[in-house]
Amino acid sequence: MSKIDQSKIRNFCIVAHIDHGKSTLADRIIEKTGLLTSREMQAQVLDNMDLERERGITIKAQTVRTVYKAEDGEEYIFNLIDTPGHVDFNYEVSRSLAACDGAILVVDAAQGIEAQTLANVYLALDHNLDVFPVINKIDLPSAEPDRVKDEIEDVIGIEAQDAPLISAKNGIGIEEVLEQIVKKIPAPKGNPDSPLQALIFDSLYDPYKGVIIFCRIVEGTVKKGTKIKMMATGASEEVVEVGYFGAGQFIPCDELSAGMVGYITASIKNVKDTAVGDTVTDADRPCSEPLPGYKKVNSMVYCGLYPADGAKYPDLRDALEKLQLNDASLNYEPETSIALGFGFRCGFLGLLHLEIIQERLEREYNLDLVTTAPGVIYKVYKTNGEVIELTNPSNLPDPSEIEYMEEPIVSAEIMVTTEFIGSIMELCQERRGRYLGMEYIEGTRALLKYELPLNEIIYDFFDALKSRSRGYASFDYELKGYEQSKLVKLDILINKEEVDALSFIVHADSAYERGRKMCEKLKDEIPRHLFEIPIQAAVGGKVIARETVRAMRKDVLAKCYGGDITRKKKLLEKQKEGKKRMRQIGNVEIPQKAFMSVLKLDDGK
Amino acid sequence: MKKLSVYIHIPFCVRKCFYCDFLSAAATEETKQQYVDKLIEEIEREAENYREYEVVSVFFGGGTPSVLKTEDTERIMRVLRGNFTIVQSAEITSEVNPKTADFAKLKAYHEMGFNRLSIGMQSTDDRELRALGRIHDYQDFLDVFEAARRAGFQNLNVDIMSALPGQSVKSYEKTLEKVLQLQPEHISAYSLIIEEGTPFYEWFGEEENQRQRTGECVQLPNEEEERRMYELTEKMLEKKGYHRYEISNYAKEGYACRHNQAYWTRQDYVGFGIGAASLIENRRFQNKSDLNQYLAGEVEKEEQIQLTKKECMEEFMFLGLRLTKGVEKEQFFEQFSLPLEQVYGDVLKKQESLGLLVNGEKNVYLTKKGLDVSNLVMAEFLLDE
Repeated sequence: MSKIDQSKIRNFCIVAHIDHGKSTLADRIIEKTGLLTSREMQAQVLDNMDLERERGITIKAQTVRTVYKAEDGEEYIFNLIDTPGHVDFNYEVSRSLAACDGAILVVDAAQGIEAQTLANVYLALDHNLDVFPVINKIDLPSAEPDRVKDEIEDVIGIEAQDAPLISAKNGIGIEEVLEQIVKKIPAPKGNPDSPLQALIFDSLYDPYKGVIIFCRIVEGTVKKGTKIKMMATGASEEVVEVGYFGAGQFIPCDELSAGMVGYITASIKNVKDTAVGDTVTDADRPCSEPLPGYKKVNSMVYCGLYPADGAKYPDLRDALEKLQLNDASLNYEPETSIALGFGFRCGFLGLLHLEIIQERLEREYNLDLVTTAPGVIYKVYKTNGEVIELTNPSNLPDPSEIEYMEEPIVSAEIMVTTEFIGSIMELCQERRGRYLGMEYIEGTRALLKYELPLNEIIYDFFDALKSRSRGYASFDYELKGYEQSKLVKLDILINKEEVDALSFIVHADSAYERGRKMCEKLKDEIPRHLFEIPIQAAVGGKVIARETVRAMRKDVLAKCYGGDITRKKKLLEKQKEGKKRMRQIGNVEIPQKAFMSVLKLDDGK
Repeated sequence: MKKLSVYIHIPFCVRKCFYCDFLSAAATEETKQQYVDKLIEEIEREAENYREYEVVSVFFGGGTPSVLKTEDTERIMRVLRGNFTIVQSAEITSEVNPKTADFAKLKAYHEMGFNRLSIGMQSTDDRELRALGRIHDYQDFLDVFEAARRAGFQNLNVDIMSALPGQSVKSYEKTLEKVLQLQPEHISAYSLIIEEGTPFYEWFGEEENQRQRTGECVQLPNEEEERRMYELTEKMLEKKGYHRYEISNYAKEGYACRHNQAYWTRQDYVGFGIGAASLIENRRFQNKSDLNQYLAGEVEKEEQIQLTKKECMEEFMFLGLRLTKGVEKEQFFEQFSLPLEQVYGDVLKKQESLGLLVNGEKNVYLTKKGLDVSNLVMAEFLLDE
């Protein structure tokens, strides 16, 4: 195999607001470059997790290499790195961007620029990527490509007049996009003969190959037999295989040299040895210093994850360890709950991230989980001068030891059509938002700027935003800092016993409302027992809400027909099975789903 | 000789009641005739498997066995007698719907050997009967009851139901009073269960979900009313000398239904007709439920299950505990060569501490409170793998 000419490589990604057609464009690029025939194309090739296809979102960055024969007669290698679109996954985006030299910005011809369009473009520009815009969905009746072009130039400040007008769905204008990739995205730099310097932007655990490192070769060359070293962890192994990414498969090749994107396997057993963001170098001929890597993102949302079956605790630990390998933004540490036993306190980027991890644990690792109410990190300033970062409400010190508490605040930008400004402002008000300002864009839309407490948006803010703007509002936020706040711990007592797994921190003004809803919800979830069960919400020992699960006084199956006892037995078995899935608190049995029901507190509001 | 109970399923009725999820439907005369022919074939074919048995009880259930023409019922009886050894003292019962029987039919029943009738009355309130979709009224029942006595029946059961749509505690009390005046030997008192697949399920949903029907708002009694009816049943019947020997069954001294007790004590029984279930030497098997297949002469049964020792022990407990006298420890030991306490010690202790069960010297039985929540208690007797 001949050496690959660096000037014929294009490493790029596609950035867009969610639903603007990023994954569809990626599919078309793969299709048109001929690596796959149309028949081999499964809808949305790059979203390869079931979960992604079902939800129609991209969670993990995916990479594919294709070959394109351009109008100039030359063949170019495209490394397309797909990126997630949701605000929760900005971290994934920035990882992928570091492996690219340029980016395609996809903007919906009808909707124009949205909050995440801005967020993602700024991320790309921060990484010094060359960005060119593409206007998608021009076949829609409501498409206004000229207006959108102006908007891109006005708001973002990049040249947009020659942006390809395309319909990724119907395959219109894709050739123009391919040509612009060749012309507008720079070829990678780097010297294949320099000491090896490669950036790990992702990794994956494969039961047969061990850890697979996804990397961008910045300098030097790596091939089978090279003794590599991870600069941060110090782990050192001999390379078993290098290769690049076909659609959904790994294709081995002889070597990877500067400017290329590919994978390395090196019989690395321990997933912790390959930190994403670390630099891979040649152990015998190391580079002088590591690449900058990425700034470590911090988890914003925490919750407890417990195996439904206590015996599965080691399985949950292994699963979390493997997931963390290619999701560095997930962190976890062991904790114990009186109600739920052994589990982990886990940190996530946001609620969607939490849900995704939970679903992946359940599907990919076959675990049955109990999740506690998600919360944020509070700072507790104690009277003795100590400061605690609180992720688990149960660890809140006694009120007498607390001087004051602080909660995280985010700066939020909400883009909305002018008719919904009123209702969105009202929503932000309800969520204790502080209005910072508003900018009009193109007359019909506005960018609202607010500061909001993070714990007000982690539950259902996004859903509320969508429902109050008929789906038109878009939203982006970043952590601004901490502010002092009047926070209290809301405890739930079931049959007079405090259930630690149900406690959470809430602003004093919403404590009553939340407490009442919790009690109502739990009343529906806890089955009747032989005795009456009071459910109480309390703040600092004072009960603020109460519901009662009435005693069960009758549960008989009257008839038993013609000696056919199978139905009777099934009923008893169901009863027994249900009981197995309960957690015993004092003498009350609580179904596991009760612990989860508090996540959906605002249903049907 | 080993003892056997025989069940005959007649899956026909004049019209299906709104709450009924039993295997039954209206049918033409021709279909009924054909069914009886096939039933007779089945009895003749199967009988050879039971040569070493004597029959101690026979039960015709449905459906409505009394929709059959008298001569058809007689054909079945004749074949039974010709192929099985039925002991002199055997209890032979037929279910009867008040609208489908008269003196002549009942007289014939008595003559062909039936000695017990179970009459589906359900309520003495005609409005309630209509709401149930019953085809008879209270007067029809009175006529049939009187006819049965006249025909010579000295062992009569009357079915009553509580928790009916439109029923009040007061009207239920009336039903109880009127039934008690008639002094049947046996009373079965059931609570209405809204079963999936019935019109009632459509109308009343799973629980408290109520619905208007035919302009008139018919409501299920609330939980408190239902509870009071349930308590009233035991109180009034016990006072009049009816002993509650099973969760839903009451009888005067010596009149407990032997056939039903065979089910609860797991004695051998065989069922004939579609869907009929059998238990023979810890093997459970059942006929298929498809009428057309049965009429076409397909004799294949559902999969037969040889119960494991574990399953036998479970059944011994959850069936036996339906009887108010409970289960006998000695019998448990005889059947399983294990002391009951060794298998169920922890369960017994826990349920006893909750006041749901008494672990007596000879018997284990449910307390009154335990009977009320018997599903809860019985589920505890299912063993882990």
